[in-house]
Amino acid sequence: MIEVENLTKRYGARSAIKDLTFQIDKGEIVGFLGPNGAGKTTTMNILSCINPATSGTAKICGHDVFESSMEVRKLIGYLPENPPLYQDMTVSKFLAFVASIHRVPNKRVSSAVGRVLEQCMLKDVRGRIIEKLSKGYQQRVGLAQAMIHDPEILILDEPTIGLDPIQIREIRKMIQELRLTHTILLSSHILPEVTQICSRVIIINEGEIVAMDTLEGLNSSLKGTSRIQLKVNQADATAVDKLASLQDVIKVERKADQEFLIECEAGTHPQDDVARMALDQRWGIVDLRTVRMTLEDVFLKLTQEESEAA
Amino acid sequence: MNNAWIITKRELGAFFSSPIFYVITTVFLCLYSFIFINLLSYFNTLSFQANAAPLGTPNLSVNEWVIEGAFLNMAVILLLMIPVITMRSFAEEQKTKTIQLLLAAPLSLAEIVAGKFLACMGVVTVMLAISSYNILFILFLGDPEIGPILTGYLGILLMSGCFISAGILASSLTKNQVIAAVLGFGFALFSWIIGWAAQSVGAGLGEILEYLSLVSHLENFLKGIVDSSDIIYYLSIIAFCLFLTHRVLDSRRWR
Repeated sequence: MIEVENLTKRYGARSAIKDLTFQIDKGEIVGFLGPNGAGKTTTMNILSCINPATSGTAKICGHDVFESSMEVRKLIGYLPENPPLYQDMTVSKFLAFVASIHRVPNKRVSSAVGRVLEQCMLKDVRGRIIEKLSKGYQQRVGLAQAMIHDPEILILDEPTIGLDPIQIREIRKMIQELRLTHTILLSSHILPEVTQICSRVIIINEGEIVAMDTLEGLNSSLKGTSRIQLKVNQADATAVDKLASLQDVIKVERKADQEFLIECEAGTHPQDDVARMALDQRWGIVDLRTVRMTLEDVFLKLTQEESEAA
Repeated sequence: MNNAWIITKRELGAFFSSPIFYVITTVFLCLYSFIFINLLSYFNTLSFQANAAPLGTPNLSVNEWVIEGAFLNMAVILLLMIPVITMRSFAEEQKTKTIQLLLAAPLSLAEIVAGKFLACMGVVTVMLAISSYNILFILFLGDPEIGPILTGYLGILLMSGCFISAGILASSLTKNQVIAAVLGFGFALFSWIIGWAAQSVGAGLGEILEYLSLVSHLENFLKGIVDSSDIIYYLSIIAFCLFLTHRVLDSRRWR
């Protein structure tokens, strides 16, 4: 569906993205994850034919984004970070305009507008001026705009940015409903969002891909990921040092007064030792469990390692 | 071309729903009508004098004394107004990033530029159409020649096309509408007064400058002469400015 090979974009001497190579198959929802300025928007702008790349190729359904960009544009629906809305138009007029510039035949424009109004729950505000709508509604109009020509691929740049939690949930639900019929690439720097929606993640930092895997794959492939959380009744001040002295334990962090986070070597399971220590010291175990690394940790770890190496 | 028309329709919708259009048109009509009335009453005075002393007075033609002057003044007012009409065309799109909507759609840049140009032409045409009540007034009261009126309008439209294409070019260069307006105005005024230098720079260069001046080509139209060289002059300025706009927008995609 989407094939990107050695994609590079330079602005003067600065590289926004360097040698990106990835593939997205039909029907996937892929999360494009990275801190601000990592090159997410740059990549998405290239894929949606807004900006050309400096070198490398990107193909959408076999069509090169530069060589046959008109074909590509018909296949893609793009929601940029700031939804491009003509503020002075009404919702339905705006959507009809977008439909016609996307070559939706005149006869089908009104049915296409009706469809996206329905899908994006915009029926109540169809006659309102876009300027007067709340940010959440504007975002939905942005999404409706991207879907108006029923593209096979949706590229969504930070679709939930600036929304309140209820609106975020609505937008997520909408995206999840779209997954059945569309291939979706969405960017975000909010991690829980990606874990909830996406089947695969591409993590990008300073223009380079640092990890690309399914969520499970990322969690397991990471080194030093096993961590133990220990909660006790009465631990003294020396508890941290005592725990750190155990075999296979790398680092101990006192998260709260009676709560510890123990980081261990990859592949080791010092739970027994930790429990024995707690029993011997009569700390009174309240809770002892293995913590799976969240994507947030993966993300932080990957991007930080990258910058440390640089 | 159908795609350009879609852009034009949207632009016209935006013009007619924004106060800018109504303010510009009102100011334009007030100024133009004021000038027109003055020209007419001056002509009236002259006619009375001619009646009183039929000998030794010039040949009084309403075309020459009123309509030609009115067109010339209208051109000056348009020179001031058109940069305000064109300033938003690309500057606003670039500021609000709605340009991305157009760039991501299967539209060519040429279609986008053409659409914007036609929309501004449409706005000016509407303004001219509304202002034509002044001329209609003369048609009712007097007996002017129709020919020079029609060629006058043609000339004004072509000249407006030059102002518009230059204004759109200015607008494509910046995100700031004020800068776009000032640049467009600067270009329009300069192309108007460039002929003034003709006398001082010698024969060869002088002729070129004279030829480049927008106003020197308008005079023929106002006298009822349609010279193909004038038409070609105006059309080539329009084409050149729109071509540059296309290049500016295209190069922006790379940056």
